[in-house]
Amino acid sequence: MGKTPLPVGVEAIESKGWLKAHQWLILRRLSQLLVIGLFLTGPLAGIWIAKGNLAYSMTLDVLPLTDPHILLQSVLAGVNPHRDAIVGVVIVLVFYLLVGGRVFCSWVCPVNMVTDLASWLRRKLGLRSATPLSRSTRYWVLGLTLVLPLATGSIVWELFNPVSMAFRGIVFGLGMAWVLLLGVFLFDLFVAREGWCGRLCPVGAFYSLLGHWSPVRVTAVQREKCDDCMDCFAVCPESQVIKPALKGAKKGIGPVIDFADCTNCGRCIDVCAEDVFRFGNRYAEEKHNLSETSESRDQQNRFIDAA
Amino acid sequence: MRHSVEKSKDRGVSRRQFIGQTLKTACGVGLMGMGLGFYSKQASTLPAMAVRPPGALPEDEFLGACIRCGACVRDCPYDILKLGQLGDEVPTGTPYFSARTGPCEMCEDIPCIPVCPTNALDHALTDINEARMGLAVVVDQETCIAFLGLRCEVCFNVCPIRGDAITLDYQHNARSGKHALFIPIVHSDACTGCGLCEKACILDEAAIKVFPTHLAKGELGKHYRLGWEEKEKAGGSLVAPDAKHEYHLPEGVRYDLQGKGLILDAKSGDEIPVSSNPLDTLNRGLEGK
Repeated sequence: MGKTPLPVGVEAIESKGWLKAHQWLILRRLSQLLVIGLFLTGPLAGIWIAKGNLAYSMTLDVLPLTDPHILLQSVLAGVNPHRDAIVGVVIVLVFYLLVGGRVFCSWVCPVNMVTDLASWLRRKLGLRSATPLSRSTRYWVLGLTLVLPLATGSIVWELFNPVSMAFRGIVFGLGMAWVLLLGVFLFDLFVAREGWCGRLCPVGAFYSLLGHWSPVRVTAVQREKCDDCMDCFAVCPESQVIKPALKGAKKGIGPVIDFADCTNCGRCIDVCAEDVFRFGNRYAEEKHNLSETSESRDQQNRFIDAA
Repeated sequence: MRHSVEKSKDRGVSRRQFIGQTLKTACGVGLMGMGLGFYSKQASTLPAMAVRPPGALPEDEFLGACIRCGACVRDCPYDILKLGQLGDEVPTGTPYFSARTGPCEMCEDIPCIPVCPTNALDHALTDINEARMGLAVVVDQETCIAFLGLRCEVCFNVCPIRGDAITLDYQHNARSGKHALFIPIVHSDACTGCGLCEKACILDEAAIKVFPTHLAKGELGKHYRLGWEEKEKAGGSLVAPDAKHEYHLPEGVRYDLQGKGLILDAKSGDEIPVSSNPLDTLNRGLEGK
């Protein structure tokens, strides 16, 4: 961090062009809007594609999708789900097991747009504050959301959950839920960096556990090219996940970002002027890492290019 | 700077720090849980005027089963179902309808039920007439115009189970002395709580309303035994044989307790043992004195 840093991402825009330097961000926003759009064509235009919301939905009358976190809560409250709910949850579990649990957070969840805006503003305004919350708090909150239905027989978390409330609000009518979203925004802006998504949200925590084994990972394949501009650390919503992969070569740590907290958002790929990061297959990478030479590194790059 | 951060990471946290941090988080989250739990109790009370869709489990079970997906809302052909929003009195995200503005039309195939993924709307309910969404109650006899002696019967006529869930009771109109009152009576063994009657009530504020059944119904103490029912079951009196009641009336006169009153069995006018002149009765025994 010795040199005077340019604003985050400027170098990447200069070297790759604006579009390439925002590629994954744009794709993510499109994905988030597409998901919302699939639910909105019905109420707005009468063309029914997906009915329901992120808790449970039925797409084109054939594809059920169920949120595993909320279904788990209702099961703990004593419910026997129906076949559609179970099929839906299996599909969702398999999908996120493959692509990374927190892909939900960065590619689907509507709150991500709110918290991304907060952290963008935080960077722009240069706001810094000592963060009072540990990143592991979310796992405690996750535990809490599972204990409450056991204790009360009711899905308590859904009375407060900003994630489901935001999405339900967009699709069915927001009510006063915007207050909650504004709260999340201000909390992230002034109280804690990535405070909601990175520290408190039990939905993210659940998906994070789910993505523990997922093969799709960002990998710092060209980490020797890193020029320490710190841009990836600045944009990463879970910046603790980067360092071991990026700087761990000397310690024999592989280049794969091996943290379930990583949301696979791809912003590090976007903002890196040196193209250090790529999406890759963790298991393929690990195999290569065993015999890490410059040759195998080249092979690896080619493999990822092909992928 | 990065180097120093790395060093402190390498050093790790001490056991004291770790336990302290963990306790802090656990206490914080625990307190939060208590807050959420207690607040949820308040926030989970369904207001009397919000009616759950057909087949909804009892409210406390419903709140554990409903995952707030809104599938029932989407498949309601009459678009009467809404999801509670933050700030509403209805628990957030749960489906309900308001009888006065949009009652349940009682579709025969009940399309809202099979799409429910968690049985919060009980799939065992296949006959809409068996649904018990609530219970209609004629809440105000002072404004219901049937009680004022005016012809209305709108609630009776719109009722999908007309003649069973709502019947008309003909009563004497004591005000005019010569007309009848057509009093609507709701029967809980047939009323589904669909709310069509409340919607149709011609008053500015409905005099017939759908309430949650537990608010609408009284309940007789478990120890009550209704004598006539017990008697019927047993085929005779359970306490003592029914003794014939003696009134010690003059010959040719009987008394019926349940309505008819004094009955004269006399065949002709001369044999009437009781004079039509009340003075004769009063002066009885004083003749010739």
